[in-house]
Amino acid sequence: MGTKQTLVVIGNGMVGQNFLASLVANGINKNYKIVAFCEEPRAAYDRVHLSEFFSGKTADDLSLVEPGFFEQNDITVHLGDKANKIYRHSKSVVSEKGVMIHYDKLVLATGSYPFVPPVPGHDRANCLVYRTIEDLVAMQTAAKSGKVGVVVGGGLLGLEAAKALKDLGLQTHVVEFAPRLMAVQLDEAGGAMLRRKIEALGVTVHTGKNTSLITDGEQCVNKMCFADGEELETDIVLFSAGIRPRDDIARDCSLDVGPRGGIVINNQCLTSDPDIYAIGECALWNGMIYGLVAPGYAMARTVVADLAGKVASFTGADMSTKLKLMGVDVASIGDAHAKSQGALVYTYQNGASEVYKRLVVSQDKKQLLGAVLVGDVSGYGTLLQYCLNGIELPENPDALILPPRSDESVGLGPDALPMSAQICSCYDVTKGAVCKAIEAGCSTIGALKAETKASTGCGGCAPLLKSVMNSELAKHGFEVNTDICEHFAYTRQDLYNLIMVEEIRTFDVLLEKHGKGRGCEICKPAVGSILASYWNDYILKSEHLGLQDTNDTFLANMQKDGTYSIVPRITGGEISPDMLIALGQVGKKYKLYTKITGGQRVDLFGARVDQLPHIWKELIDAGFESGHAYGKSLRTVKSCVGSTWCRYGIDDSVGLAVELENRYKGLRSPHKLKFAVSGCTRECAEAQGKDVGVIATETGWNLYVCGNGGMKPRHADLFATSLDKETLIKYIDRFLSFYVRTADRLQRTAVWMENMEGGLDYLKSVIIDDKLGLCEQLEQQMQHVIDTYHCEWKTTIEDESKLKRFRHFINSDQPDDNVVFVEERGQIRPADEEERKHFKMLEVA
Amino acid sequence: MAQWIDVCSVDDLQPDSGVCALVNGQQVAIFYMPRESAVYALNNYDPFGNANVLSRGVIGDIKGQPVVASPLYKQHFNLQTGVCLEDETVKIPAYAIRIENGSVQVSITEQDYEL
Repeated sequence: MGTKQTLVVIGNGMVGQNFLASLVANGINKNYKIVAFCEEPRAAYDRVHLSEFFSGKTADDLSLVEPGFFEQNDITVHLGDKANKIYRHSKSVVSEKGVMIHYDKLVLATGSYPFVPPVPGHDRANCLVYRTIEDLVAMQTAAKSGKVGVVVGGGLLGLEAAKALKDLGLQTHVVEFAPRLMAVQLDEAGGAMLRRKIEALGVTVHTGKNTSLITDGEQCVNKMCFADGEELETDIVLFSAGIRPRDDIARDCSLDVGPRGGIVINNQCLTSDPDIYAIGECALWNGMIYGLVAPGYAMARTVVADLAGKVASFTGADMSTKLKLMGVDVASIGDAHAKSQGALVYTYQNGASEVYKRLVVSQDKKQLLGAVLVGDVSGYGTLLQYCLNGIELPENPDALILPPRSDESVGLGPDALPMSAQICSCYDVTKGAVCKAIEAGCSTIGALKAETKASTGCGGCAPLLKSVMNSELAKHGFEVNTDICEHFAYTRQDLYNLIMVEEIRTFDVLLEKHGKGRGCEICKPAVGSILASYWNDYILKSEHLGLQDTNDTFLANMQKDGTYSIVPRITGGEISPDMLIALGQVGKKYKLYTKITGGQRVDLFGARVDQLPHIWKELIDAGFESGHAYGKSLRTVKSCVGSTWCRYGIDDSVGLAVELENRYKGLRSPHKLKFAVSGCTRECAEAQGKDVGVIATETGWNLYVCGNGGMKPRHADLFATSLDKETLIKYIDRFLSFYVRTADRLQRTAVWMENMEGGLDYLKSVIIDDKLGLCEQLEQQMQHVIDTYHCEWKTTIEDESKLKRFRHFINSDQPDDNVVFVEERGQIRPADEEERKHFKMLEVA
Repeated sequence: MAQWIDVCSVDDLQPDSGVCALVNGQQVAIFYMPRESAVYALNNYDPFGNANVLSRGVIGDIKGQPVVASPLYKQHFNLQTGVCLEDETVKIPAYAIRIENGSVQVSITEQDYEL
C-alpha cells in the first residue's frame, strides 16, 4: 500500500464535520492521514439551532461531534488554530500557531461570515453579530445591562436572532431593508402574514428601513438613525443582514473566486486547483452561494464519492425550507416568487386563522414549480414531493392548498412516490433506502431511524416516513401485528383503554370479555401493571398475585441462584448515619452481600425467600420502606448535593429529588423509570441520562425527558425551561400519566417518544398546550396513585396469609440445598459449578 | 405401581400460580389452575438457569398447551410433559398429581429419581 496520502480539511463547522463523518461512514478515512483545522475553540456544533443556547441548551448539547470521534477514527484536529496560508507549489498549509503540514488533497470548508453593512458606528459597543457560541456569550453579557435589542435583517437568520433577543428578555425590534420579512423565500402576502404573527408575539417589525448611522443614545447605549429621518434607541444592535463567503485563504493563493466572492467550484466541487476542493458556504457553484446546510452536506457527499473514485456530481440543490420561526410555521418550496415563464399562481388566505398558502404551477397546470406556506405547513411534505419528483398534479391543483371540502384526500400516497424520491432531506434518505431497510427487517420508526438516519435531523419527514413504512410493510405481506400476545388481539394501549372505559378490575374479567385461553407471561404481567397503574390495588391481592413476575410476587429481585436482593428506598440518595447503621446491621445479621447501586442506594444480596419477611420486618422497624427495585416502576431520583452545601449550587436539588421520589414512588409503569435532579448545569446527577431529568438554573428548573443509559444510551431532550416547582410537577404528572397510558409493554420513555408520530413537538403539545384536552384527566390519574400509595412490604408483613408463600417448601422448613455461598473479598457470593460439586462431596463424606 | 404421597392441602396451593413441595427429597413445583380444577407437578429445577425456581414462574398457555415460564430466562415448559417449548431436546421430570378429598397427592416413580 505504501505510505498514506494526507487529506487536510480547513474548517470544522457543520459542513466540515459532516464531510469528516461521511468519510468515516464510507470507510474512506482509512485511505488517508486526516488533519483538520478549526479556528473556533470547540469542534463543530449545530448553528441551525443556535438560539436554543438561550433556552437552556449548552455548548455540549449543540455539539455535532460524537464523543471520541476524532480519536477513534485517527483524525488529528487542531482546535483554536486557524489555517492561515496555502502554498500550492509545495502543497502545504500553515496555521496561525505555526503548524505546517503537507497535503495531497485539500478540502476548504471555511464557511461564511456575517455581513455587517458599513454604516458609520457599526463597530460601536454592543454592535454584535450572530454566528458563533462566542457571539452568543457576548449577547448574553450585553443583555444583562440592556433593555432593548434590534436585529438588522429580517431574513431567516435575523428572525432566529430576534427569538434569541426575546429569550434574553429584551424588548425586541427587527429592522429590514426590504419591504417585507423573509424577502428571499416569501412573497408579499406571505411576508405580511408572517409579520402580523411575529408582531403578535411582541416583536416590533420595521420594514423598508435603511440604517444610515449608529450613534450615542439617550436612554440606551445606542441610537439608530434611518434614511427616512426616523430614529430607534437600542442597547444592542445585532447584525444579521446576510452572509459572505470566507474566501480570503483561497484568494491569497490565487484560486478562482467569483466577482462577488465565493470559491469557484465545478460539479465535483473541485476548485481551479485539481487537488483542492471547496464545500459549503464558502463555495460558489454556478454563480450561487448556498446558505443552507443541506446543499453543503450534498457537496460534502460529492467530495467523499470523488475521493472514493466514484462518479458523483453536485448539480445544485433544492432550497426549499420548512421551519418554525418564533413559533410560527413557515415553508417555502422551489420557485416561490413565480419567476418561471408562464407560471400560474393559486393563493389561499384565511385571515381569521392566519393561514396563507400560495401555489406556483406550470402553464399547463401539470407541474408544481413552487409554494409558500405560512401558519399551516402540514402540506409541505406532499407539495415538496410533487415539486421535486415532477409528479403530475391533480386536475384542480388548488385542492392541494384549500381546506378539504369532503372526505376526498388530495395527499400524495406513499405508493405514488418513485424510489428516487427523497424522504429525508437532512440526511438525503430516499424512498429506495427506506424500502431496503424495511426489507432488511426494520419494522418500526425507531429501527428505521437507527438504520437510515431518516427523520433524525429536523424531524419534518416523520409522518411521511411512517406512511412509507406502513405501506411497504403491508406490501411485503408483513402483517403489522401489534397484538400483545396470542391471548389478546389488542395492543397494551388498547388494553389500558378497555380497563379504563369498562372499569375492569381483574385479569379474569378482562380475559373473559376480551381475550382467549389462559394468558401467559407476556399478557399477565402487562395487565397486572396496567391494573396497578390505574387502580393501584395491592399487587399481592389473591386475584392479582398470579399476574406478577417473580420479582413482584416476592417484592424482591431474583438473582441467578434463586436467592433475592433487597433494595430499601433511600429518597434522593439522602440517608442519615443512624439509618445507614441500621441497614448495615441487617446486612450483617443475615450475612448479605452489600453493594452501592448506581441510583444512590444500597443493594443487599443473597437473601433466601424465607428470610425476606424477617429482613423486611427489621428494615421497616428501622424506618425503611420498599424501594420498588423489583417492579416496573419508579426506581430512584438521583441527586447532587445542591445549593445546600455545594458552592456552585443554584437550587436545592436534594430537596426536590426527595419530594419527587416521594410523590411518584409506587407508580407502576410500562417499564422502569429513573429520575435525577441536578443543582446546577454542571449536572453532577447526570439528569440528562434519565427518563425525567431536572436541572436548576438561575431562572428556574429546566425539565428534560426521555433519556436513558443502558444498552442504547440516549440523551434526554430539553422539554421546558425556567419552570417554577408547581409547573414542573404538573408537567411531570402529565408526562408520566401519558406514558403509562400509551406506551407499549417494556418500552422505555425514549423509544416511546421516538416512535410517536410528531415526536418531541407532539409530546410538548399534549403536555404543555393540552392539545388532546387530556391534561386534567392525566393529573387526576396521578393524584389517585399518590393518594393510594402504601408500602407493599409493610402491607405484606402485616398480613399473615400473605406470608405463607415466603417459604421455599410449602410442606417443610428446610431451605433450598442448591443455594451455596462462598466468600470473596470478605463477602458472600453464589458458588460456581465446580465449587458446588466440591461441597456436595464434602456433604456425602 | 403408583404410590401416592400426601403433600399438602389444596388451601396451601396458590391459585393461578405455583408453590414448591419437598417430596421424598425431591423439589416438586406444583401449579394450580382453579378455574380448570387443574393441578400440575414438575421438578422445580430450571435446567437453563441451574437453580430451583420453576415454582415461581408465571403460568398460562401457549397454543393450547399449559406452560410455566422460567422466572430466570423465560423458557416455557409444558406442565403435563415437562418438555421445553423452545428446545424440545430438553425435558424436565413431570410427576403424576391429583387432589383427593382436599389433599394434594404426588406420585414419584423410581425412574423419576434417576432423572
